[in-house]
Amino acid sequence: MKSVFAVEALSLTCFVLLNLVAAKNSEDIRCKCICPPYRDVEGQIYKQNVSLKDCNCLHVVEPMPVDGKDVEAYCLRCECKYEERSSGTIKVTIIMYLSILGLLLLYMVYLTLLEPMLKRRLFGHSQLIQNDDEGGVRVHFNVTELQLGQCRHYITDQQPFANAHNVLSRSHSRPNMLNKVEHAQQRWRRQVQEQRKSVFDRHVVLS
Amino acid sequence: MENPGYRTGSFDSLHHSSEDDDDDEMVDIAGATLDFSTTDDVPPLGTGSYEESSSRAAGMNGAGPSKLMDPLEDPLPGVGTYEDFNTIDWVREKSKDRDRHREITKKSRQSTVALLHSVSDAFSGWLLMLLVGLMSGALAGGIDIAAHWLTDLKGGVCLIGFWFNHEHCCWTSNETTFQERDRCPQWQSWAELITGTSEGPFAYIMNYLMYIVWALLFALLAVTLVRAFAPYACGSGIPEIKTILSGFIIRGYLGKWTLIIKTITLVLAVSSGLSLGKEGPLVHVACCCANILCHLFTKYRKNEAKRREVLSAAAAVGVSVAFGAPIGGVLFSLEEVSYYFPLKTLWRSFFAALVAAFTLRSINPFGNSRLVLFYVEFHAPWHLVELAPFILLGIFGGLWGALFIKANIAWCRIRKSTRLGHYPVIEVLVVAAVTALIAYPNSYTRMSGAELISELFNDCSLLDSSQLCGYKQPVNVSETGAGNSLADRPAGEGLYTALWQLALALIFKMMITVITFGMKVPSGLFIPSMAVGAIAGRLLGVGMEQLAYYNHDWLIFKGWCTPGADCITPGLYAMVGAAACLGGVTRMTVSLVVIMFELTGGLEYIVPLMAATMTSKWVADAFGREGIYEVSQVSRREKKQKPRRSEPRPDAQTPMLLPPQAHIRLNGYPFLEPKEEFDHSSLAVDVMRPRRGDPALAVLTQDGMTVGEVETVVESTHYSGFPVVVSQESQRLVGFVLRRDLLISIDNARKRQEGIVSASQVVFTEHTPPQPPEGPPPLRLRGIMDLSPFTVTDHTPMDITVDIFRKLGLRQCLVTHNGRLLGIITKKDILKHMAQISNRDPDSILFN
Repeated sequence: MKSVFAVEALSLTCFVLLNLVAAKNSEDIRCKCICPPYRDVEGQIYKQNVSLKDCNCLHVVEPMPVDGKDVEAYCLRCECKYEERSSGTIKVTIIMYLSILGLLLLYMVYLTLLEPMLKRRLFGHSQLIQNDDEGGVRVHFNVTELQLGQCRHYITDQQPFANAHNVLSRSHSRPNMLNKVEHAQQRWRRQVQEQRKSVFDRHVVLS
Repeated sequence: MENPGYRTGSFDSLHHSSEDDDDDEMVDIAGATLDFSTTDDVPPLGTGSYEESSSRAAGMNGAGPSKLMDPLEDPLPGVGTYEDFNTIDWVREKSKDRDRHREITKKSRQSTVALLHSVSDAFSGWLLMLLVGLMSGALAGGIDIAAHWLTDLKGGVCLIGFWFNHEHCCWTSNETTFQERDRCPQWQSWAELITGTSEGPFAYIMNYLMYIVWALLFALLAVTLVRAFAPYACGSGIPEIKTILSGFIIRGYLGKWTLIIKTITLVLAVSSGLSLGKEGPLVHVACCCANILCHLFTKYRKNEAKRREVLSAAAAVGVSVAFGAPIGGVLFSLEEVSYYFPLKTLWRSFFAALVAAFTLRSINPFGNSRLVLFYVEFHAPWHLVELAPFILLGIFGGLWGALFIKANIAWCRIRKSTRLGHYPVIEVLVVAAVTALIAYPNSYTRMSGAELISELFNDCSLLDSSQLCGYKQPVNVSETGAGNSLADRPAGEGLYTALWQLALALIFKMMITVITFGMKVPSGLFIPSMAVGAIAGRLLGVGMEQLAYYNHDWLIFKGWCTPGADCITPGLYAMVGAAACLGGVTRMTVSLVVIMFELTGGLEYIVPLMAATMTSKWVADAFGREGIYEVSQVSRREKKQKPRRSEPRPDAQTPMLLPPQAHIRLNGYPFLEPKEEFDHSSLAVDVMRPRRGDPALAVLTQDGMTVGEVETVVESTHYSGFPVVVSQESQRLVGFVLRRDLLISIDNARKRQEGIVSASQVVFTEHTPPQPPEGPPPLRLRGIMDLSPFTVTDHTPMDITVDIFRKLGLRQCLVTHNGRLLGIITKKDILKHMAQISNRDPDSILFN
């Protein structure tokens, strides 16, 4: 899970940096003039890619729909606004958002569907892991497991083969990195389950 | 011994917590079997230089000659921390911080390194604020951009880059027309992409269908993600943050996962078209940022009270980025959420709010250099006569607020008590489907809440072509009259259509918001309330305008509304209406007015806004005194107590420590409302425990008890703390010791210390009394005892006691009579007493 946070932190920093140094794309500035209907001329919107100092009706509105003597009156009614955006920021934000969303969805699918399947294949049916699919990730322990208590440790892990690894490492009683990660993840899971209980079942948080 | 308070505090400051360093972690305690052994995978933090140097300093200064001799009195992990769903002791935390500070100042005179350390320590608060501002601003910018894009995705897609939203897709396109400002060939609606035509009934149905499909998909993703990863991310979060700021602990509520999931799902929920806003959840997001960043600084990581100061500032940051109103944000934090708000926090909040607003501004999420979508700018004057309709709007806002709260709470009850509550995912899907189905045909409900508000706030000038500005063109328009402000005109065909569509939208919004708020997705209430008010205001505004146009010879319009003058601005009415409705629901006044005037950038509308919000507050208060946030706190206390009533409850002394299955018992938050007044002539002796006839208070004596006896006392009760007295006969008070600290210390001593058995004496005195030579060594526990517990005498009036609890944030207070310990008052006793006085069922307050 640490990797997700690392990605998150990194991308956030990138996001801020990129936003600060984002080179002004020439596409990213515009001068937008809105001209209301005038006599028999329809209302019209003009957009030009000009700098701030040229952002006025005389530079932007072309072709001029009225004759020379009416230009001033026409232009007085137009409203010109200089606007800029950063298309780079938009692009990065959207792509980052979609990738985080995708990662989360993949992880959710993995926790709900794939993990129990892998478990079953690894340990056979003795390791009972049931999965109720209300869209959630709920892990039930059966009674014997609860009594044994120990089996909790074998139920959650991050990588498919971490279980075997876990058993091995436990037998040597030597804590290692993987164990820590697994432990953290397991604790996280317990916490989510606790939260789920208090929010969805008991309605403690939020009316 | 001259300064007992200082001694305890300075000892406490040596303690560090391993469990408390991460808010994500649950302290898993099963009854009395405490597992704080150091084999836990969390390495105790803070074993570094700070601990070492502070103990060295203490030794050097001779501040505590006896303190550090005992091996047991080395800081234990876990001592001085709190459990989940528990209340912190503000007094203890504050004195902890004071002592820490004193120590650093003392040391800073001794060496340059220590001086630098003290400077960096003093600076860390501001640095933290800067970081919170930057992070929240960046996140808010991201949320804005993503939500805008995803909302537009329901209608179509941009061909020159899928990441552009509708407006940015047509950024440079010259094909847009005056009537259809957003139409350009680069942007393709789904019907155009799938069927190839953009006209006709088939294309309409196609678009309709795609809209519903996308809305359902977004809602489904939002609710499943919330359910799978961080259930605490649902809702607006403001009531919980309020409770947390008052000293309650909800672990994981402001953690990393909550932040990630809330950010991601907030965008989905807003884009799904549900009647909810992102403003409230942004406060939660900012608080999560602050809490996570707190872990970088020792000063804030270890002290719950200091951390709450940062969270108060973060609440200000949240509103600042939500409305682009830094000052309004600070006032919101002060008026609505904060419990303890010293001046220092005020300055820091302001700084953080400014940094956040600047960050958001530099990201420029909307491409128009504004921080919010519905920024308005008009300077039309208003006349004194118009105060009458503004007050009318205030009354409407108050009525709506009261009605909304009643209806929403009733709906939440139904959700809780019936089978409906068992299907949160299906509920969200059904509501999303219904919303999409009804919302699409009406263009005012189809657009997002923020867009609707911005359209309603907008004043009709010549430049506007929307339906709302569909006035009849005056025949003899004076062509020399330059400028874009227009005189009042008669309503035309377009406006009439818009009006009845708006009326339908109003009814729809009112109904659907009641059902939507409280679903298990991140949902804010600000935008829907404002939308309701803005619609009502706009309707009234147009009505007034037409009234004035057709009857300008009436007495009230005479003199200021002559024909051809622009005297009534419907946009202003919409703004006032929005403020009134928001005020009715949340009962904010000052901060709301400031937010609105920062939104408009004009000072001239303060009087109308103030009149409307005050009226709205008065009207709403007449129906029920509490705003939606308080109500949702109270209602939590009331719920579902019936099946558990028979359960034996700890109901005396300090029943705050939770038994193993404590989370099940949690029914509400102990929140001592600072706005509520207490006027009743009861005395402390009426409220304290034990009552007459109850068994005597469970106390420990300062010497003469064995470890076994202490353990028996602790295990036979549920109380979270025990007073220590000189002897059972004299009952003279020595101090107060917390159950959690006691259990941890005894457990640790049994494991680590030579010869501690059940027969060992427990000693709370400074000097160990002479021991029998053959007996086991005594267990010295003076270090964990609070030597300065708060006491009142039995004849202290309750209103003063309540004030002490509120202002100092106490957890418990001891009651003495002639200097002898008589009883104890806890926060819960006070809340029960207050409930009793106001004729509520005292048993309804069942929080632990």
